[in-house]
Amino acid sequence: MAREIMYREALNEALREEMRRDPSVFLMGEGIAERGGSYKVTVGLLEEFGPKRVMDTPIAEASFTGAGIGAAITGMRPVVEILFVDFTMLIMDQLVNQAAKYRFMSGGSASVPLVLRSQGGVGNGLAAQHSESLEAVFYHIPGLKLVMPSTPFDAKGLLKSAIRCDDPVVFLEHKQLYMNKGPVPETDYLVEFGKADIKRPGNDVTIIAWSNMVPRSLEAAEQLAAEGIEAEVLDLRTLVPMDTEAILQSVRKTEHVVIVQEAVRRGGIASDIAALIQAQAFDYLDAPVEIAAGINTPIPFNLNLEKQVVPQVEDIVKAVRKAGYR
Amino acid sequence: MNLELSARRSSAHFLFSRLAVNYLKQFFNGEKMYTKEFLTDIYRTLYTIRVFEGRCVKLYRQGMIRGYFHPYLGEEAIAVGACAAIREDDYITSTHRGHGHCIAKGADIKLMVAELFGKKTGYCKGLGGSMHIADLSRGNLGANAIVGANLPLGVGAALGSSLKEDGKVTVVFTSDGASNNGVFAESLNLAAIWNLPLILVLENNQYAVSTPITESAREPDLYKRGEALGIDSRQIDGNDVLLVYESVKESAEKCRSGKGPAVIEAVTYRHGGHHVNDPGLYMPREKLNYYLSIDPVERGRSYLVEQGGMSEKDVKKIEAEIEAAMDEAIEFAATSPELNFKEFQHIVEDY
Repeated sequence: MAREIMYREALNEALREEMRRDPSVFLMGEGIAERGGSYKVTVGLLEEFGPKRVMDTPIAEASFTGAGIGAAITGMRPVVEILFVDFTMLIMDQLVNQAAKYRFMSGGSASVPLVLRSQGGVGNGLAAQHSESLEAVFYHIPGLKLVMPSTPFDAKGLLKSAIRCDDPVVFLEHKQLYMNKGPVPETDYLVEFGKADIKRPGNDVTIIAWSNMVPRSLEAAEQLAAEGIEAEVLDLRTLVPMDTEAILQSVRKTEHVVIVQEAVRRGGIASDIAALIQAQAFDYLDAPVEIAAGINTPIPFNLNLEKQVVPQVEDIVKAVRKAGYR
Repeated sequence: MNLELSARRSSAHFLFSRLAVNYLKQFFNGEKMYTKEFLTDIYRTLYTIRVFEGRCVKLYRQGMIRGYFHPYLGEEAIAVGACAAIREDDYITSTHRGHGHCIAKGADIKLMVAELFGKKTGYCKGLGGSMHIADLSRGNLGANAIVGANLPLGVGAALGSSLKEDGKVTVVFTSDGASNNGVFAESLNLAAIWNLPLILVLENNQYAVSTPITESAREPDLYKRGEALGIDSRQIDGNDVLLVYESVKESAEKCRSGKGPAVIEAVTYRHGGHHVNDPGLYMPREKLNYYLSIDPVERGRSYLVEQGGMSEKDVKKIEAEIEAAMDEAIEFAATSPELNFKEFQHIVEDY
C-alpha cells in the first residue's frame, strides 16, 4: 500500500523528480523560491536546484510567461506558476496568441513544451479576483492542453506527464485540494492525458466531474447510496484531451447523467459535454442531461453567499434526483 | 561628414540626440575600414530585401499575395546591420514588419515567397503567412502579429541561453509602436534584473501605424526607457548599415562576456504607409524626401563602391543576380502545391 501524502506534496514530488530527471526543466513564478509558493507546492526546491532553476519573478505575469514560452521554444521545459487563475487574464496574449499557436504558425517546425501551473476555485472568502474557475477560457483555445487533477495520485502523475508533453499545458489545481491526502507511489509513474478515471463505480446514474467537484460528487454519491441510488463518479482529469469514450460508455450503462462544474453555468465545459452526449448517446438517455454548475456571477466575499453560488453536495444530490427517474 | 548634416537636417522633424552624433564620430572620423567581401555581403542582403519587398508588393497588387503585408522598405539597414553583427546560431525575434529580419538572418527567399503565396513549400506550409514566418534553422524565432509580443519571447530565448550557458545572444527587433505596450517595460526589466544576453533593437520609424511618436510619447527619445531600467542604451541613425552593425556588434560582445542587455534605438522612416494598402498620406512629403535622400540601400551601395572599391559594373552584376534569384523564387512559389484539407486535418487533429 502506497503511503499517503497531500496533494501539494504530490505536486512537489512530481516537480522534484522531473527536475532531477531532466536538466532543462526549471520553475518560474512569484514567491516560489525561498517562500516555496503561496500553497507550499515548491517548498525545498530552491535548496536542491538553486536559484537558476527555481526563479522568483517580478509581478509581470505577461512577460515572465512569455519568457517561459521563449525558453520553451529554444529547448527548455519551463514550469511557470501563476498565483491565481484570475491572474492568468494578464497573460492571455502570450498564452493564446503565442504559446497555443506557435507550433501551428511555424508549420510544425517548433513546439512549446511549457507547463502553466495555476490554481482556482472558491476558497474561504477570497472574493471576486482570487476565486474564479476559468477552465472554459482555456478549453476554448485550440493548441492548449487542459489538466485538472482531483487527487494526490492524479496530481503527481499528471504533472509529470505535463512536463514531458511537447505542447503547452494549462495545469489547474484547486485551492481546496492542496491539503487533501491520498495514496501516492514513491516510484516514477505517469498518468496519461485523455484517460478519465471512474472514482466510484455505479449503475444508476453517471456523475461527471473534475477538480474539486470530484470529492464533492463522491460525497453526494454516498448520500444517494443510502437511498439505494448507485452513482458512478467519472473524473475527467484532463479536459483537453477529453476521454469522450469513457463518458459515452458510462452513459450507455447508466442512462442518466449529471455534469458538475464549479465554474459558472454559461458557456461552460458542462454544456459542451451535454452536447456531446445528446449527439452521440441520445438513444440511451432516459432523461435530459442535468448540469449542476456555478451561477452566472463573480464570486461574492460573504461566506454564506460564496457557498450558494457554486454547487454543494446537496445541489449535486438534487440534480441526481432530477435526472433520476421519470 | 554628411552624417552630421543628416542629423542636423532631420532635427527639424525628429531629433537625433547629440549623443548619437558623438557616437558616430568614433567610427566615421576614425580610420575604420571594411573588407570588400564584407561590404559585398552587406550590400547583397540590403538589395535582396529591397528587391524582395518591391517585387512582392507588385505581386500583392496583382492579387498573387493576400492578407496583410507590411513592407520593410526604408528600414533595411537595421535588420542587415544587426544580423551581420551576430552569429548564425544566435536568436532573433521579429515583428509584423518582418521580411527584412528574416532575409538578413539568412532565410531562403524561395521558401519565403512560397509562404507569402500560402503554399505547402513555404516556411510555415502556408499556415503562417507574412506575419508568422519563422526559420528555426537560422535562429529566427519568428515574426509576430501582436505588436510587442515578441519581447517576452526574446527574453525567454535569452534566459534559456543564460541557463544553458550556450553563449548565444538574442536580438529582439521592436518598434516605437511597441514601446507603449506593457510588456515592453516588463520585458526590459526582466532582461535587466536577470542580466540576460539580449539586445533590443528598437526600430523607431516614428509611426505606430499612423500615429506619430510625438503624439504617443512625451519623451520621443525612446532609448531613455532602457536607461531608466539600468540598461546600456543608445540612439543611432538607423539608416546607416555600418553604424547599426558596429553598435550591435559591440553590444553582442558585451552580452557574451556576461555584461548584460542593451537597447539600441535605430531611428528610421518607412518609405510608405503602414501596409501595402495604406498610402501613408499622413507622412509629410518633405520628411519622406529627406529620408529618401539618406536611403539605407543607396548608402550601402556607396560604401561598397567607395570603401570597398567595387566597380559600378560589378555592383550591377550583383544586382542582376539578386533579381534573377527573385524571379526564380517567384517561379518556385507559383508552381508549388498547396496543403490540401486532409493534410491540414492531420496537422490539427490533436487540437
